[in-house]
Amino acid sequence: MVDRNLNTNDKLIIAGRSFQSRLLIGTGKYNNFEETRAAINASESEIVTVAIRRINLGQSPNEPSLLEFLPSNEFTYLPNTAGCFSADEAIRTLRLARELLDGHNLVKLEVLGDPETLFPNVVETINAAKILVKDGFDVMVYTSDDPIIAKQLEDIGCCAIMPLASLIGSGMGILNPWNLEIIIDKANVPVIVDAGVGTASDASIAMELGCDGVLMNTAIALAKNPILMASAMKKAIESGREAFLAGRMDKKHYSASPSSPAKGLIK
Amino acid sequence: MKVYINGSIKEFKAKKISPEELIIQLNLNGKRFAIERNGEIISKNSFDEIYINDGDKIEIIGAVGGG
Repeated sequence: MVDRNLNTNDKLIIAGRSFQSRLLIGTGKYNNFEETRAAINASESEIVTVAIRRINLGQSPNEPSLLEFLPSNEFTYLPNTAGCFSADEAIRTLRLARELLDGHNLVKLEVLGDPETLFPNVVETINAAKILVKDGFDVMVYTSDDPIIAKQLEDIGCCAIMPLASLIGSGMGILNPWNLEIIIDKANVPVIVDAGVGTASDASIAMELGCDGVLMNTAIALAKNPILMASAMKKAIESGREAFLAGRMDKKHYSASPSSPAKGLIK
Repeated sequence: MKVYINGSIKEFKAKKISPEELIIQLNLNGKRFAIERNGEIISKNSFDEIYINDGDKIEIIGAVGGG
């Protein structure tokens, strides 16, 4: 019998952790924590990225924090290294994150190479990944869409490869599906498109290619209605995943095939 | 003594201060944070083994929104 019940049987497994949702969400650029929370609720995401920054020492003791809006019993945190331009900075940031989150070791490594384009510095990324994996971290790694680098990061021991679809915050969508397909074909760990998604169809395309998930922030946070876009993204991820599992028909460029019977035409 | 906390100088009357005392003085007790002294993380279970001294560089970090 055809399995129609994907929701319960099709899980995303990252470093032994099991997730129902294949949509991973960033928590930046929202107007306030209430909106952040409402968008995440609408997305039904389970993994949320957070950035690590100096605490604002001037704040009032009662001021709520992001983590209070996103309690650890409801979400899996994915602390990131956004803003780090060297392996050393990224490693320092994630060790602090592990201390902050009581030993939580699932992290997102990103080492940037250029403040204007935010392209990853893959050399520093590889250097950082080696040390972090040895240090016991489960490393989900942001990288370029270079299949060779992706494979090297997997061989180092990263638990998920996260190639960009286009530049961070650009909303330009999936610019090189061919490279993503090669990365997916070669990978033995989850491949999660990270960065560049602009609207729901972009997320669907990523999933139809066979990605295991999509990580996004700006596409939702900077939509005119972030909560509605979060809901759209949830559906796009699910429909793209189902289409991938269903297996699309072959493309026929030159020979059309009618959907209705050729016999019995009224003449 | 003078201590650098998150890049700003802060003065204390005492000659040394425990991490716990520092956190109370900064109104951070009950908050989630991690603390680093001169580039080394002070783990929460070594709070009573370490003192912060004159000239130390302290970083206190938390989680914020980010993608």
